[in-house]
Amino acid sequence: MSSVEIEIDGRTYPAEAGEMLIEVTDRNSIYIPRFCYHEKLSVAANCRMCLIEVERAPKPLPACATPVTAGMKVHTRSEIAIEAQKGTMEFLLINHPLDCPVCDQGGECPLQDQALGYGKDNSRFMERKRSVPSDDIGPLISTEMTRCIHCTRCVRYGEEVAGVMEMGAPGRGEHVRISTFLDNTIDSEVSGNMIDLCPVGALTSKPFRFAARSWELTDHQSISPHDCLGSNMLIQTLRNRVERVVPKENPDINECWLADRDRFSYQAIHSENRLTRPMIRQDGTWQEVDWETALTHAAAGLKSIIDQGKADRIGGLAQATSSLEEFHLFQKLIRALGSESVDYRLQQNDFRDDDIAPLFPASELPIRDFGTRSSVLLIGSNIRKEQPLLSLRIRQGWREGRTAVSVINPIDFDLNFECMVSQVVPGSAMLSRTAALANAIASLTGNAAPAEVQALSDGYDAALVAQQLVDAGPEGLIVLGAFAQQHPDASLLKALSSWIAKTTGNRLAILAPGNGAGGALANCLPGKNGLNKQAMLDSGMSSFVLLGSQPELDCLDAYTAVKALENADFVVQLTAFKPEAHNRHVDVALPICSFAETAGSHVNCEGKIQTAQVAIKPVGESKPAWKILRVLGNFLNLEGFDQVTLNDVTQEALAAMDSADRMPNCRPSEFRLDSPVSSTQVGLEPITYMPMYRGDPLVRNASALQSAADNPGPLASLHPETLKDHSLKDGDWVEIGNGSVSAHLQIIEEPRVPRHCVLIPGGYVETMNARAPGTLCIVKAG
Amino acid sequence: MTSKLQQLYKTFSLQELRKGMGVTGRQFFNKKTTIMYPEEKTPKSPRFRGLHALRRYPNGEERCIACKLCEAVCPALAITIDSEEREDGTRRTTRYDIDLFKCIYCGFCEEACPVDSIVLTDIHEFHMEENEERLIDKKRLLELGDKYEADIAAARKQDAPYR
Repeated sequence: MSSVEIEIDGRTYPAEAGEMLIEVTDRNSIYIPRFCYHEKLSVAANCRMCLIEVERAPKPLPACATPVTAGMKVHTRSEIAIEAQKGTMEFLLINHPLDCPVCDQGGECPLQDQALGYGKDNSRFMERKRSVPSDDIGPLISTEMTRCIHCTRCVRYGEEVAGVMEMGAPGRGEHVRISTFLDNTIDSEVSGNMIDLCPVGALTSKPFRFAARSWELTDHQSISPHDCLGSNMLIQTLRNRVERVVPKENPDINECWLADRDRFSYQAIHSENRLTRPMIRQDGTWQEVDWETALTHAAAGLKSIIDQGKADRIGGLAQATSSLEEFHLFQKLIRALGSESVDYRLQQNDFRDDDIAPLFPASELPIRDFGTRSSVLLIGSNIRKEQPLLSLRIRQGWREGRTAVSVINPIDFDLNFECMVSQVVPGSAMLSRTAALANAIASLTGNAAPAEVQALSDGYDAALVAQQLVDAGPEGLIVLGAFAQQHPDASLLKALSSWIAKTTGNRLAILAPGNGAGGALANCLPGKNGLNKQAMLDSGMSSFVLLGSQPELDCLDAYTAVKALENADFVVQLTAFKPEAHNRHVDVALPICSFAETAGSHVNCEGKIQTAQVAIKPVGESKPAWKILRVLGNFLNLEGFDQVTLNDVTQEALAAMDSADRMPNCRPSEFRLDSPVSSTQVGLEPITYMPMYRGDPLVRNASALQSAADNPGPLASLHPETLKDHSLKDGDWVEIGNGSVSAHLQIIEEPRVPRHCVLIPGGYVETMNARAPGTLCIVKAG
Repeated sequence: MTSKLQQLYKTFSLQELRKGMGVTGRQFFNKKTTIMYPEEKTPKSPRFRGLHALRRYPNGEERCIACKLCEAVCPALAITIDSEEREDGTRRTTRYDIDLFKCIYCGFCEEACPVDSIVLTDIHEFHMEENEERLIDKKRLLELGDKYEADIAAARKQDAPYR
């Protein structure tokens, strides 16, 4: 590439030879109309709207597909250019219906805007117009295909960015139509971006359908609470109601995309399940009460526990999507009550390395560099569903031939990039497989692996992956996903991967759910004398305080969690949603605000603190969780609960954090390999996971997401061979359990699950008993 | 000097008075222009802008499609609309409120309407006794439209050549 100068509309601009003309004009704010061109997609040049005049060219040329050459003279507003653009517009409007008044795109529609500038006031077209039937393509996107102008942005997006080609353009000429193949639905986890990309009203948001017009919505900056990216988004409201969520461009984090989980979870805010008044459970029935009564009841309950001398038996479990301020006040409250047992890591099971753990779960690599690595190793990560936007970046690197990806996973996940080496082994074997890799790296680099690593190895020949990691050096990345973090030997996996990262020079990323980094930085973690989540659930606490969490759904080991809660004397739950009918363990439910109704800070995996604005007033009588925690502190006469504004809490939380240590680092302070949890395999090995639309209370109450394909339903998945072994078939109902308790589940055949394993989704009450400790046996239900 | 004499003559001959009485006398016997309102009414222009109404199509379907252009154009912010997808998949209002105190009867809503749904009728005689009566809702607007459809349609037809 060499720098050249070109002349546009009589002025000279610097440009790179070979880049497209439209990139130069965009950079210099020179307006060129367009429909099919998008900076994140490949150039199709099929809408012809960006035709401009280039001197010495015989015809107008499309700016999006004309490379810059030295001395080029371009006219964007000349008679030839405008004539060409007007001609294109006339053709585009031939078949486009005049239904702007009922079209959801109306008011934010590039076609509408450009028709005003380049269209005629009447049509010369007297022939029959084309009309195209619209298909139902799922719960998130509604279609009106007659409006389509065939820019193919959605097709290119699916093929290039999302990695699933769900839309196509079958047919030719007059008969071309954009549709899904074989009347399939759009199931991608990032499908909502097609709504933003569509320049007309052909693809619009189904939950938002006909709810409001773009010009009457008010924007509020917000941060997505669902994953560790902290995607920037705009909450758009009308008359104190969240009507829709759209991405806010941030090239360092989410570019111009948003995952469907972030985009559509707002539906939960106005769902019928919202808890709008405080409730207390008396004599087994739920009663609505006023705030004073509820808080008094909660304070009295906690006081009586303290008076019994069991202050240290009070446990706090926080939802990982809480804000930094909520985490801070929550742990402060629990500590002020006299307990150090507070935790937010509801989906983690192994806490043996807490003493040497890094400050917070982080990514040593900035998010923007995920697409530039030469090697990526995923350990126990279904990154496509866990952090969809990071997966898009890795896919970008893979597509451009930069990145080689290898995985060590318990399931053969459907990732949106191809893997160089894909090792799919049952959860219990992931550890030995990782150790084998460490050994291979040791022999390749000449560093001796510690003896316990050699002992762990299963002897698998991992030379290829080892070579990939060693060659990459600092250009390599190792990702520990949800399956690694919830592994019974997670501490060993972390130790091994950090040893590998150190030996190879690779960067390491531990991608925690929600605002996990914020939880750790706010010290919402057990203290020296405190118990972690697992110890709390196992050891029978006298009382629990729950911040936004529903352990019966949020914990993967829900069976243990419910037992622990039922055995506790007093449980206070701060929750945005009504306690479910089956809930017999909560004594006081205090309604908290969702992320749209209260401001709050979120820390992403880079350690970057971002603040979300308030978008609407609290729904019903709910109050921001930080206010409830503060007032609860006052009711209990505790010191240090006299903050007046949220800013006071933020400042306090920030002051408590050591800012010097906030450099993302996710390696244990020393190498230590605990002995692996013994796994005597009888029966089926359970693999539990949290489906992406069941992971937190917000998504569980977002109706459109619940009908999306990524909500699998409470089904147990087994390998076809395993089914054969047990003489079962797809669709059978079975009793599945550990011998003492069992769940009544339907089974589904899934070749991606390894043999002798059963995949059980968390987040459903129905699967709770199948997630009790121990291996599972399966019996066909009568 | 002369003008003073003229003045005196005018004063004592009661010339001004007789002139005035002449006008009064003529008007006394002329045809009267005063109308006896409310028994009698003056004619109104077909463009008269009075009370609002929502019209229907001849098949009974409401015209309004909740495009909210009237709400957007209203300079007095007198219109409030909520919309949703009706069961048959069409775009419809769930709320259409007009605040008659805010409304300045400019007629922009009627001009903006792409389906001739919201119209200003020639009804100018309406009153309210309670404060909340100033808000008229979708039900009332449709009732007005149904009741006066013939007049509304006639006025539109009469004005059509000039639009």
